[in-house]
Amino acid sequence: MGLPILSTIIGMPILGIGALLLIRDTRLIKWLSIIICGFELLFSIMLIHFFDSSTHEMQFRESYEWVPMLNMRIALGVDGISILFVFLTALVSFICVLASWNAINHRIKEFMITILTMHTAMTGVFCSLDFILFFLFWEAMLIPMYLIIGIWGGEQRVYAAFKFFIYTLTGSLLFLVGIIVLYFAGGNTFDILALSEVNYSFNIQIWVFLLFFIGFAIKVPMFPFHTWLPDAHVQAPTAGSIILAGVLLKMGAYGFLRFSLPMLPDASQYFSQEILVLSLIAIIYGGYLALAQDDLKKLVAYSSISHMGVVTLGIFVFNLQALEGAILQMFNHGITTSALFLFVGLIYERTHTRSIAAYGGLMKIMPIYTTFFALFTLASMALPGTSSFIGELLVLAGTFVNHIWIAALAVIGAMLSAAYLLSMFKRVALGEITNSKLRDLKDINPREFTAIIPLAIFVIWIGFYPSPFLKIMHSSVENLLQQTSQTRPKQIPPQTLPKEHILSGVVPQ
Amino acid sequence: MNLPNNEIAVIDVDAILQSMMASLPEIVLLLAACTLIMIDLICKGRRVELIAGLSILTILVVAALTLGLALHTTFGTDPVYNHMFIADPFSVFFKILFYIATIISILFSGNYLKNEGQFLSEYFIILLFALCGMMIMASATDLISVYVGLELLALSLYVLTGFLKHNERSNESALKYLILSAVATCLMLYGVSLFYGLTGTTQLGKIAAILDGSNASTDSAYVLASLFLIAGFAFKIAAVPFHMWAPDVYEGAPTPITAFMSVAPKAAGFAVLLRIFNQALPQLSDIWLPVLATIALASLTIGSLVALVQTNIKRLLAYSSIAHAGFALLGLVAGGESGTASVMLYLLIYAFMNLGIFAVVIAMQKAQGRGELIEDFTGLSKQHPVIALLMLLFLFSLTGIPPTAGFMAKLYIILALVNSGYILLAVAAVLFSAIAAFFYLRIVMLMYMREPNQNIELHLSPGFRFSLAVTGIATLGVGLMPRWFFEMVSVSVF
Repeated sequence: MGLPILSTIIGMPILGIGALLLIRDTRLIKWLSIIICGFELLFSIMLIHFFDSSTHEMQFRESYEWVPMLNMRIALGVDGISILFVFLTALVSFICVLASWNAINHRIKEFMITILTMHTAMTGVFCSLDFILFFLFWEAMLIPMYLIIGIWGGEQRVYAAFKFFIYTLTGSLLFLVGIIVLYFAGGNTFDILALSEVNYSFNIQIWVFLLFFIGFAIKVPMFPFHTWLPDAHVQAPTAGSIILAGVLLKMGAYGFLRFSLPMLPDASQYFSQEILVLSLIAIIYGGYLALAQDDLKKLVAYSSISHMGVVTLGIFVFNLQALEGAILQMFNHGITTSALFLFVGLIYERTHTRSIAAYGGLMKIMPIYTTFFALFTLASMALPGTSSFIGELLVLAGTFVNHIWIAALAVIGAMLSAAYLLSMFKRVALGEITNSKLRDLKDINPREFTAIIPLAIFVIWIGFYPSPFLKIMHSSVENLLQQTSQTRPKQIPPQTLPKEHILSGVVPQ
Repeated sequence: MNLPNNEIAVIDVDAILQSMMASLPEIVLLLAACTLIMIDLICKGRRVELIAGLSILTILVVAALTLGLALHTTFGTDPVYNHMFIADPFSVFFKILFYIATIISILFSGNYLKNEGQFLSEYFIILLFALCGMMIMASATDLISVYVGLELLALSLYVLTGFLKHNERSNESALKYLILSAVATCLMLYGVSLFYGLTGTTQLGKIAAILDGSNASTDSAYVLASLFLIAGFAFKIAAVPFHMWAPDVYEGAPTPITAFMSVAPKAAGFAVLLRIFNQALPQLSDIWLPVLATIALASLTIGSLVALVQTNIKRLLAYSSIAHAGFALLGLVAGGESGTASVMLYLLIYAFMNLGIFAVVIAMQKAQGRGELIEDFTGLSKQHPVIALLMLLFLFSLTGIPPTAGFMAKLYIILALVNSGYILLAVAAVLFSAIAAFFYLRIVMLMYMREPNQNIELHLSPGFRFSLAVTGIATLGVGLMPRWFFEMVSVSVF
């Protein structure tokens, strides 16, 4: 294709920022931002439309000179894994702008600029094929995110913003050292694809894996590096929480998929037991913590830790089902958790409280809101027929093959998530109206509805018909698995548990 | 220096001409500075603005000369003045850095001096002498000529730090600087004399030749001599444990001079360090490498940790500059061409971002040192969004967050470190720079996340706007398009 579509997607928000700087009228600023995000969404749909899912090769590649002396290039491209997240990013940004329409009432221009900057950086992360370019986007995200939490956040926003920044910065810098070690070990190149082809010595792999692991584990976040997350989520404005949960948390897992597994296969195998245990702890511990929360946002935040545990579990059992499940689950979690944060934000805008105890009987006041809220709550707890079910099922099925005990224990997490989500829904939406202030709340308006609908579509679509999504990523995942498992002792032939077989019981015919 | 042997000294006209051509920028600069003194006398000190303008013009002319000589002839290859001076690409790089720093310092000095009632032409002329001292340091290939440049610089700086005659703090800082700097110079001279005693020469090239192949690094006399040299230079670049003077002097000195000192003389100190340790003493690396590595880590640690509790922005930046000196020293520890190049890139980028941040600090200052608390930045973004945004850019650059220049600087140092196999050192360095992020973020927090509690007035002259624009564009530009800068430093390595 003649149009450099990836650099268009990455560059357009920056041009938009230039235009925003010249505008004073806040209505115009909002409209321009939503138009830019709309176009971004359109472009990423086009991207998927033109994507050839039969190959694992990088597509829509672009490559420009950057610093030839150090072999740094501006290299872009997407494969079946990253294209999903490019789309997710566009969707999440679009929803963020809609969600902030009235919620953000001061410094609107600055807010839209930071959201668009975030969008550029996030898309850049998923498209970069050069390590330094990747790191540049990865790290540059910290600045707008720090500002989003710190300027537009809640009471404790400054503390949360600092904690988020310092935590992530520390991890990222260690990750940078790892990148540079690989640069020299892999023959003086930052080319991600070339570095994935090299066989590194076991010693180097171990070191680099540890450096990478800290960086990614903080982003995911995995237990015990998760403590920044509840603070950041609770204090961030709705849009900030949505971006954090929807895209940022996926980046750690994406890092594992894109770098740790293909580049450091032996070390990944070597550490897989430990990581599985950490994932399991995250699943169960996160679930228990969520059970104890009264703050709606905190509850969703801890549930994220638990759900991301499922993702890392799926990544490190090294088989096709689990891996595809993990990637699908990343996408699903981006949708459902964004939706839950959006719903918390919607109700918070009206009542200015996030305490579960302050609610009750919302069903009678805001029926449309509650219906959709129920949909996303059920999706988050992986009810059959919703997107998360497919993801979690694939992960657990894959895990059962290799690690039966870990899978058995991970099921506890699924039970816990049913417990805390249903009890939250019951206390918020069902029962009598206990708080008289709730009586004159308005149900959702068309703008809010616009934000909700795409999320709901994906929840149901993936829930009932996941194969298009699995098909997009399939050959890339197969290739990834092949890169990872060259020295793997035990490999499950795909025919023992064919994907169709698993899904046949799930998908209503 | 080469003491005459039994040879009969012959006047070699060619060599003298050659030497004069190579040092033409320095000669022109000195002559111009002396002329400016006379112009000032004729004008009876009333045409200060003219003198400031002429100083900038002088520097531009000298810069043109430097570049012309560097591009045009082969002076760069051979040392002149009997092996005491060289105009190689390495020195040209540093000289350009000094020119930029000095011009920007002059540009943002005017308003400040007027506020303080000390708008005098000596100030600009002495800055020119300081510049000349730094240029000699960058070009020196003999311990004696290093010393000459160093003293010319130091004497000028004593006067400049105490330039606010009626301000106690300024006087105190000048005195402190004078005494401590004299002690450090003595230490260094002692080291020089030991080297002369041990090797019979002060020429860097000859020292290297004599040490080559010997096992001098086990000789305790060489250990002592190296330690004295290191102590002297560690003082000049304000590295731990010889950093104590920096916060007091930085706080007391006129702010434009603080900005200047944190950038240019520090770079000059690094130029000399790089040349001496890489060219004269590579054989002694067993002695100085661990010492410098320790100093670097200690500077990073102490600079970052102590900066956390500062309330005065100038003191904070003093500690931050200590930490940055530590980071740059790591490049010297890494060694090799990439190590040297990484230090050079770091210093250049640091010059841009630090001058930028000081420009904002100076703009914030009112007379008599008010407006230099960190708290004074509260709510800046509400009242002056553009200035706050620039400040944000400089702060994140100092933290080392892409896409700013500070990231590229750190990246290159870490590359050099890993290339030489110091992975743990690289890990330690990045961890400390994460701590340093904390106090830079605090300023961002005050500017953006607090409501203003007072009306902030900024004094923005055209010169100011110009220097802010230059440093801002450089800080972002080098971060996004670093290619040319990487190539420039790699061809400038000696």
